[in-house]
Amino acid sequence: MSGIARRDLLRGGGLVVLFALAGSSVGQEGGTTGGGEGAGAPPEVAPGLPGSLAEFPHLDAWIRIAPDGAATVFTGKAELGQGIGTALLQIAADELDLSLECVSLVTADTGRTPNEGITSGSQSLQNSGTAIAHAAANVRYLLAERAAWRFGVAVETLSTANGVVLASDGRRATYGELAASLSLHVEARPQVVRKRIGVRHHIGRDRPRRDIPPKLTGAAAYAHDMTMPGMLHARVIRGPADGTLLTAPDFDAIARLPGVERLVRTGDFAAMLGPREWPLVQAMLTVGRMPWKRSGAPLPGGDLRDAIRALPAEPDVILERNAAAPVAVRHITARYDRPYLMHGAIGPSCAVALWQDGMMTVWTHSQGVYPLRAALAELLDLPLERVRCIHREGAGCYGHNGADDVAADAALAARAVPGRAVKLMWTREQEHGWEPLGPAMVAELSAGLDADGQIAEWTHAVWSNTHSTRPSRAGDLLAGLEVGRGFAPSPPRAIPQPNGGGDRNAIPLYTLPRVTITSLFVPQMPVRVSALRGLGAHMNVFAIESMIDELAAAAGSDPVAFRLRHLSDPRAIAVIRTLADRFGWARQPSERWRGQGLGFARYKNSGAYCAVAIDLRIEPETGATTVLRAEAAVDAGETVSPNGLRNQIEGGIVQSLSWTAHEEVRFDAARRTAFDWSSYPMIRFDAVPYRMAVHVIDRPSLPFLGAGEASQGPAAAAFANAVTRAIGQRLRSMPLSAERIRRAIAAD
Amino acid sequence: MIELTINGTRHRLDGDPAEPLLYILRNELGLHAAKFGCGLGQCGSCTVLVDGKAVQSCITPLAALAGRAVTTVEGLGTAAAPGVVQQAFIDEQAAQCGYCIPGMIARAEALLRADSRPTEASMRSAMRPSLCRCGTHMRILRAVRRAAMAMGGGIVDPTEPAS
Amino acid sequence: MALAVAAALLVFTVWAREPAIAAIERPDPARFDRRQVASGAALARIGNCASCHTVSGGRVYAGGTPIRTPFGTIHGSNITPDPETGIGTWSYEAFARSMREGVGRDGSHLYPAFPYDRLRHTGEADLRALYAFLMTRDAVRAEPPANTLVPPLGWRPVLAGWKLLALPRRAPQAPQPQLGKLWERGRYLGEGLAHCGSCHSPRGILQQELRDRAYAGGWSDGWYAPPLDATSPAVRAWTTQRLYAYFRTGLSTAHAAAAGPMGPVTHNLARTPGGDVRALAAYYAWTMRDAPAARAEPALPDRAALAARRHPAGAALFRGACAACHEPGAAMMAAGRPDLRLGSPLHEDNPRDTVQIILQGLEPPVEPNGPYMPGYADTLTDAQIAAITAYMRARWGSGPDWGDIEQAVADARDGSSK
Repeated sequence: MSGIARRDLLRGGGLVVLFALAGSSVGQEGGTTGGGEGAGAPPEVAPGLPGSLAEFPHLDAWIRIAPDGAATVFTGKAELGQGIGTALLQIAADELDLSLECVSLVTADTGRTPNEGITSGSQSLQNSGTAIAHAAANVRYLLAERAAWRFGVAVETLSTANGVVLASDGRRATYGELAASLSLHVEARPQVVRKRIGVRHHIGRDRPRRDIPPKLTGAAAYAHDMTMPGMLHARVIRGPADGTLLTAPDFDAIARLPGVERLVRTGDFAAMLGPREWPLVQAMLTVGRMPWKRSGAPLPGGDLRDAIRALPAEPDVILERNAAAPVAVRHITARYDRPYLMHGAIGPSCAVALWQDGMMTVWTHSQGVYPLRAALAELLDLPLERVRCIHREGAGCYGHNGADDVAADAALAARAVPGRAVKLMWTREQEHGWEPLGPAMVAELSAGLDADGQIAEWTHAVWSNTHSTRPSRAGDLLAGLEVGRGFAPSPPRAIPQPNGGGDRNAIPLYTLPRVTITSLFVPQMPVRVSALRGLGAHMNVFAIESMIDELAAAAGSDPVAFRLRHLSDPRAIAVIRTLADRFGWARQPSERWRGQGLGFARYKNSGAYCAVAIDLRIEPETGATTVLRAEAAVDAGETVSPNGLRNQIEGGIVQSLSWTAHEEVRFDAARRTAFDWSSYPMIRFDAVPYRMAVHVIDRPSLPFLGAGEASQGPAAAAFANAVTRAIGQRLRSMPLSAERIRRAIAAD
Repeated sequence: MIELTINGTRHRLDGDPAEPLLYILRNELGLHAAKFGCGLGQCGSCTVLVDGKAVQSCITPLAALAGRAVTTVEGLGTAAAPGVVQQAFIDEQAAQCGYCIPGMIARAEALLRADSRPTEASMRSAMRPSLCRCGTHMRILRAVRRAAMAMGGGIVDPTEPAS
Repeated sequence: MALAVAAALLVFTVWAREPAIAAIERPDPARFDRRQVASGAALARIGNCASCHTVSGGRVYAGGTPIRTPFGTIHGSNITPDPETGIGTWSYEAFARSMREGVGRDGSHLYPAFPYDRLRHTGEADLRALYAFLMTRDAVRAEPPANTLVPPLGWRPVLAGWKLLALPRRAPQAPQPQLGKLWERGRYLGEGLAHCGSCHSPRGILQQELRDRAYAGGWSDGWYAPPLDATSPAVRAWTTQRLYAYFRTGLSTAHAAAAGPMGPVTHNLARTPGGDVRALAAYYAWTMRDAPAARAEPALPDRAALAARRHPAGAALFRGACAACHEPGAAMMAAGRPDLRLGSPLHEDNPRDTVQIILQGLEPPVEPNGPYMPGYADTLTDAQIAAITAYMRARWGSGPDWGDIEQAVADARDGSSK
């Protein structure tokens, strides 16, 4: 059968798919298990295999087929609201040639799933998705091989359709019966290729997210919703905010409160437990009246950004290039900065723990169940295999928030009541007060234009604390520091390039002949910080893309044309061109107090390409902005779920607008002063854009690229650039709040 | 002893009359749609309908509900047979983590019951008490517009504000 | 008889007529002195002009705000320099006449919701600065909706009669040089442009400010504006310093947050040069110098048990609806937001402000981060709000029980001023 005839058959038959092996390895999509955050990820044992198969090459780690033919897919990644639950099923169903209904997914569970480290860095589709795609292709091939042996025919003559292997003479065998007679505990073979693009049914198409209808109708979808027989509710007792300690807590008074069945204390750690939640809620008022003091190091006064800039830093030149270029005739130097930001989960962190038969089981919305297990094992003085962490969804976390800490709190509480599950939830005030913050950052840029208006030189120095204190040891957990057993936090470390932490996306994608990029890692943390979605990319892209606009203005060039002149990556160019075209960049309204701006980046310089354009209007008397329109173009390689991708990009834009224009954690001498949504406000419906569109550039033949953090940086820059156009002045310090804008206008 | 109606069923509840409805729904009645977000009436995750109006159940004591009718999102439809607003949210895939969405649905339901032809501004103003951290706002607004249409109404003005 | 009435009407109409002032071309904004414009910007904030001349979601100063009065609804006019719908064709003389006499450029009388009874005390230099500020704003084309007033108030000449009867002829508070320059500046601004008395003084049957009872407490948009005189119900002295902090931040830690119509006032004062704000603070600290709290700040007992015994239903409602923020131990209070007993509402002689805050809640008045409270209008019934109010009055308030609170809730929902 010729290739053309086969294709015709496929088109006509729809479900028929034939088998072939590649001549050589297809493992060019090398796997790393996270965005460089955290520790404890397993070593690569099969470096020739793509995605996380490199660490877990056995097929049964990823896919099992039941006798009825239904497939269960295992991923070490967690559903965080980014929609990977459905996207991974689409991939698996397509490659297995099963209907979506016949595939179910098990997510991060130290008892069942591969250790894929942390669900972070927009890596889930790149790593887990790639692994599952290839594992599924392998399983389908294996099943066909078994059928071929049974039918006595060559595997190349077989096809599959919806869970059945078909021979050309009409004989058939179901996956269930074939799977029963073989072991999937075999390593994936790199030469098994995935299905051809034209015959995929689910990948690249919009499939309704499976988790949405239950979530919208009251199913117990979150850790917060779990109930177990005899379960106790619990609240943890500590000072009002990070760096504080109750001075002389009257635990007897708490223990006497109605509804407090049990008070658990270990060192300074304390939690109260009771059968009903409401009495505990009221008991927290008693805790709130207890005196406290600052126990952490004194906070530096003034704007903590300046403190970060002034603290000792470890410089690391992450890029230095000295190509021949014309001399720079015009220089621009500027400092950009951002304040501490909060993850601000809508639901406070929560975990359920059960200590039974010498086994601690914790249901958690941590992003890294395996590293958490290690930390909990140390904290509880248990061997690893006596601790099991099972991921249950929580409210969106956007990085390392209180999820891990509350898991430790719950585990300590549960240890005191063997056989009874304990659900411990932080209060809103604890979430705002104790979550590790997104770091404050400062970036100092300078650039020079040559006589032709091309960038000749560029320097970028960025000061930042670490962007990950994700726990891998007991001392990394709040409770670990309270139990009085001498646990200490892991020393803060910089996340190295190419992922980067504070320097994530500090290297521009633009063609720059002479360039020095310096990452200044500040080990000393005035405030406990950790990973916030995008890490340093939000700040660095804001800075780079602001500077690019400043240079374009100095060169008298259109910002889009200026960018295109400095780019060589065709995918970057395509993203910007597509956006400029769809947004109508060339036909901008010229109106007083109205401005349009654009920002672009490729996340981590290895993930999705994304450009965002914003059209806004400013009320000069108040500085209030109305975002009339925000549009984005994105290239995330092969798109598994176009709607899911758009959802991520849209959400990232709104979230970034909130960070960039509305948010700032403030401090007084003793602590952060944000304790709720009134002291740390975020964007509300009246301030979100009036229109939004996301244009997806699908690249079906190219690897998946993570897109969950692709739009935050570009959106921040697009907003800043649009504000500059509207008011004729550049604001470089976030948040670009109404009051800052008003003052800039008034001072003009 | 307080007597109230929840999703059409009459309940007689005793216990602390101060206890906010949210804890009763979630812990006593197994109705998990309304979520704890802040306990301060600032975020809207716990929103339900009381006599057709959007009310934050975390700050609504049982004592306030005597003789009143509570409708939670469970009372609007099921996963198999979603209500009009739920269906609109599903059609728009208007969720990321989804934690805030039941509150959004309750709020949208209250808005559209009162006025199936809201203006863009009044829709945004009605939704304003509810927070979403994932940034799903654009989809939520699209879902509300879609639900308004499905109810025979619609948003009366274009989405772009007057200049 | 009919003839006599007609003749009287004719005479009245002729008497009531004011001449139009010739329209001008909109002055070139670049012609105005920048310092004068900046000074006008500060004065416009002190005058709280934007509050009545900006509709929610609309361009600032472009008008359209509905202002509810006992006689119907008036809409704030467009005071941007748009020639057609704003004041673009107004000369300085026309502008000054409107501020001093309440007469529009075309000669028509302006409704006294525009407080020219107080604005008229603004001096020439300040009026010129205000004019310079307004004429350099963006010209916004926006026609406010038509007013809906009970007859015959739609007929503007009637207002001439009102002015004759109601407009005071002299400055409300004589200068007292011995009290110093700061006091004098505060008096000048407070009695004039800032028009604090417009809300904080009682009004007569013609809705004229009762000058002999200036600052004895008044009404604004359905809220009670408490007295700023010796009858101030505050339980902590309103010192210059505390008033200054209140004006600049929307919050006095010894009192409460600015609520209702006072919110925008503090929003504006926070964006005004400090000197004038300090002057206003000094002046109103002086008008309240004989108030009880100025002499001695009373102890503030927490009569929790007593109040719960007297108002058990209110106590339960409070515990479930309010305690998360307002019971001692709540994070909000630990973070420095004042105790409910410190605010004036629970010590006022009527429950309206307490009720309004419960109904409407609170938006942060000055900065996006600040006191926020959800409204309970849909959560609680009138009777329930009344029960909570009675409980709080008994627990923390002073003075006798408020009478029919449930009626007060109904009135507040209705927005009426009594």
